[in-house]
Amino acid sequence: MARAAVLGRLSWQVAQIAAVRPETDTARTLVLDVPDWPGHRAGQHVDVRLTAEDGYTAQRSYSIASAPGGPPALTVQRVDGGEVSPYLVDIAAPGDRFEVRGPVGGYFTWQPGDHAPVLLVAGGSGVVPLMSMVRARAAAGSRVPFRLLYSTRTPATVIYADELRRRSRDDHGLDIAYAYTRVAPPEHPRPPGRLDAVLLAEWGWPTEFAPNCYVCGPTGFVETVANLLVDAGHDPARVRTERFGG
Amino acid sequence: MGVVSRGFAGRGRSDPKLPPGQYLTKDFPVLSAGPTPRVDTDRWAFAITAETGQEHSWNWAQLHQLPSETVTVDLHCVTKWSKLGTVWEGVSLDTLMAGVESAADHALVHSYGGYTTNLPLEDLLDGQAWLAYRYDGTDLEPEHGGPVRLLVPHLYLWKSAKWVRGIQLLLDDHPGFWESLGYHNYGDPWREQRYWGD
Repeated sequence: MARAAVLGRLSWQVAQIAAVRPETDTARTLVLDVPDWPGHRAGQHVDVRLTAEDGYTAQRSYSIASAPGGPPALTVQRVDGGEVSPYLVDIAAPGDRFEVRGPVGGYFTWQPGDHAPVLLVAGGSGVVPLMSMVRARAAAGSRVPFRLLYSTRTPATVIYADELRRRSRDDHGLDIAYAYTRVAPPEHPRPPGRLDAVLLAEWGWPTEFAPNCYVCGPTGFVETVANLLVDAGHDPARVRTERFGG
Repeated sequence: MGVVSRGFAGRGRSDPKLPPGQYLTKDFPVLSAGPTPRVDTDRWAFAITAETGQEHSWNWAQLHQLPSETVTVDLHCVTKWSKLGTVWEGVSLDTLMAGVESAADHALVHSYGGYTTNLPLEDLLDGQAWLAYRYDGTDLEPEHGGPVRLLVPHLYLWKSAKWVRGIQLLLDDHPGFWESLGYHNYGDPWREQRYWGD
């Protein structure tokens, strides 16, 4: 088991939004300026605390999208009717401030010293912490074989679409495949549909390669994919999950 | 008061039943570090092991022969959601501990799949903890910890170990899975003990 990634006390720190980058119609990336950022590992998250004029506060957790070694960037998907995400996606602007605490989470992480092949399986905005791993691999010049299987509704809901296109061309040893659940692009080899055992077998790693598998997405997606991986013979101890939704 | 976020109003004022930093959800989110273990009730067993090595164990049928309780409790997850008024059925730890002789102050809970969590033994006693096998009137689903999970609702939910298979009584404290990975050793939601040092 991974040892502690969070050492000592985690204090709230003021984060200023340095830049915002739209990713899709419903998601955007906030690059944060946190003066005493202690650094993070790929896959970790932060707690965000917003404070209203009257002192009311709301907290949520968001995955870090950026590679270690740089400023933390969060990619936030708007949840309709949500309290915090619509603010972060639609209202907050460069120069605005809120508080963060982190990084948090010492288990759903990847480090360049891990040499096993990696399978990343993303459902929707579950791609965010996995993107941090893809970026960490490139930043470290790692040659560890990576496969990213990204389930998304339509081509328009792909977060990081341009960067993923570029990386699948330039990052040697990184394979990327998409499973479109509603609408696939015309040239796509498969009709729209849910990620299944066939696609996982085709795009994942054979069990004898003993890959480390990271699965992130909504609860039902993660439950299904993790079960499929275990049914296919992967060691449950090598299947790490991060679930969101509620 | 922290730094004000320009333009943030928030949805509403805090519910007095919500611990600090929590928000209300009507769903029942699932949080686990890995796949859901499949545990067949024919092979399910639960054991309390005292520091002397003495073991008390129950199989599925034996657990169901013990008197059960139905409790309505609030759940608070360290990932910030809280769910109020959840109804569970199971066996009180007081019932299970009745025949156990121990001088231990600490407990380490073990689950099928390898998960562990630690807490003071006194937090498992006096009507504060149950081995729960039914939720909301039906058998507990595997993703929520079925067939049997520990329920310790006064602490953050990671202490309520899913797929529970045993409790080890110890003279010394031994941090469990999340407790070794930066999460608070005790985890009282009302004192917002999320992480080390809180």
